[in-house]
Amino acid sequence: MKFKNFLTAFRKDLRKHAAIYIMLIPVLIYFVLFCYRPMAGLLIAFENYKPRKGIWGSDWVGLKNFINFFQSPFFWRIVKNTLWLSFGTLVFGFPFPIFFAILLNEVKNLRFKKVVQTITYLPHFITMVIICSLIIQFTNTEGFITTMVNTISSHTGALITDEKCFRAIYIISEIWQTFGWNSIIYFAAISSIDAEQYEAARIDGASRWQMMFKITLPELIPTIMILLIMQCGRIMSVGWEKAFLLQTPITYNTSDIISTYVYRQGFVEMNYSNSTAVGMFNSVVNLLLLTVANSLSKKFTESSLW
Amino acid sequence: MAKNKNIIRHKMRESLSDRILVGVIYVVMTFLAVITLYPMLYVLFASFSDPIQFAIKKGLLFKPAGFSIIGYKSVMTMRTFWRGYGMTMFYLVAGTLINMTLTILGAYTMSRKFMLRKPIMLLMIFTMYFGGGMIPTYLTIKNMGMTGTIWSILLPGCISVYNLIILRTGFEGIPESLVESAEMDGAGDLTILWKIILPLSKASLATITLFYAVGRWGEWYNAMVYLESNRSLYPLQMILRETLVEGQNLDVAVDVMGVSTADSILVKEISKYSMVIISTVPVLIVYPFVQKYFVKGVMIGAVKG
Repeated sequence: MKFKNFLTAFRKDLRKHAAIYIMLIPVLIYFVLFCYRPMAGLLIAFENYKPRKGIWGSDWVGLKNFINFFQSPFFWRIVKNTLWLSFGTLVFGFPFPIFFAILLNEVKNLRFKKVVQTITYLPHFITMVIICSLIIQFTNTEGFITTMVNTISSHTGALITDEKCFRAIYIISEIWQTFGWNSIIYFAAISSIDAEQYEAARIDGASRWQMMFKITLPELIPTIMILLIMQCGRIMSVGWEKAFLLQTPITYNTSDIISTYVYRQGFVEMNYSNSTAVGMFNSVVNLLLLTVANSLSKKFTESSLW
Repeated sequence: MAKNKNIIRHKMRESLSDRILVGVIYVVMTFLAVITLYPMLYVLFASFSDPIQFAIKKGLLFKPAGFSIIGYKSVMTMRTFWRGYGMTMFYLVAGTLINMTLTILGAYTMSRKFMLRKPIMLLMIFTMYFGGGMIPTYLTIKNMGMTGTIWSILLPGCISVYNLIILRTGFEGIPESLVESAEMDGAGDLTILWKIILPLSKASLATITLFYAVGRWGEWYNAMVYLESNRSLYPLQMILRETLVEGQNLDVAVDVMGVSTADSILVKEISKYSMVIISTVPVLIVYPFVQKYFVKGVMIGAVKG
């Protein structure tokens, strides 16, 4: 009965908003073909997929692909590496734009401020392939960063092919590329702080230092909390393009992360089912983490993704 | 009187420490700006260097080592590079056009009140957080017969739900009364979109057009996975990946340059830097003019989560 009511209401709505439904058709086709059809393809994670037999013709194996993965020697390596890169970026990279924004805000020379902002936003517009090729050039045997590091430390040889250096290279270059761009949001938050607070503090004889850390920083806390919680939700989905472009088989011990392993399993080893299972495991963990982060955010900051 | 003096002295002392602090901040900020800019300057210097002098020179560069434009000259002879450049321009224009058309349709319909709006919006948002992953997506594209064609580059991922939400927020900011009075005059949805919504949303349209264009410019993954069988369709970033990241041989016509084979290796080294400059300059030229739109976009996106 209810369904029938729904149908008549829907038919009425269809007639009333015919144009809207027509406009929606290409959009829906896109989502069905390019988003939901691949999701249906996740079924192959539960089979021994053979391209010749197709999704429905291949043999079902239940959870075997997942169990194989959990028992494989690579499991801990790639999970550990993924967590290393993402926690490293979070711990070292997250505070950077905050302090950058607070400090630059104290600069009253607008032209200087503008120039610094423009320069620090710049790396955001250099493509990932070029960023990575430059990192490789600079940290290769003859690269200027290698030369510098090797003169001031006891390190020898290229940095990029040294598995002990991979994480540092990844994290430092990540900070270099993103701190300016990520500070935009803090500049926005700072500009909405009530100027009277500073005025009152100045009359009370507060120093700039005190104002930075007793007024500006506390005012940024809500923004910081939301961004931090959301970052935690994305902890397992560290940017794969960069790890993929920077890694070589020599550094797999530290550079191989879940997503690069998924790529290799699928496109190099042609192990479609295994690859899909690992990828699915990662997506599900991501979704769970994000859900937890989101509900935390809802609870503590009253803002959420959904 | 004495008390007054005290206050003044107090203020003086503070402003001195404040001045020191500000001085330190200027130094730190200048340092950060230099550190950020230097790698790019290094590339610029290297690209104008003399191949032999550059090979000898180790460490930092503060000006080109020697001066020569042989790097640029040799890039001029690389046919795959320029074909990639052309393909990228095509993907950029055609792709952004498809991106914008679909995103506008999605954003407009999602800003209107109709029965299925909520479930469809949920359907879209869900794809932001969960997807089929590499292999299922690859198999889908392959089964649709798109591999080795331009469609495998143009269509997958052509709606960014994030951008769609930014645009919808922009559309929703337009006074409802404008739309209502147009409806009163008998305007259909297409007319409302074309005559009212779009002209009033130029800023947000510009913002997300730029987001899409930057994305298209940097794209390489789809090409790597889907265009293996048809390399002549490779975009610029794929050519750069093969030559710069994987170190494959550059197709420089060295004999044209009139240098010996031994020198040609050094020339190729320089031409790598010239390639980077040539493929970054268009973005950097446009960037200062459009910076404010990007900043605006980041802000809207941040507010909406």
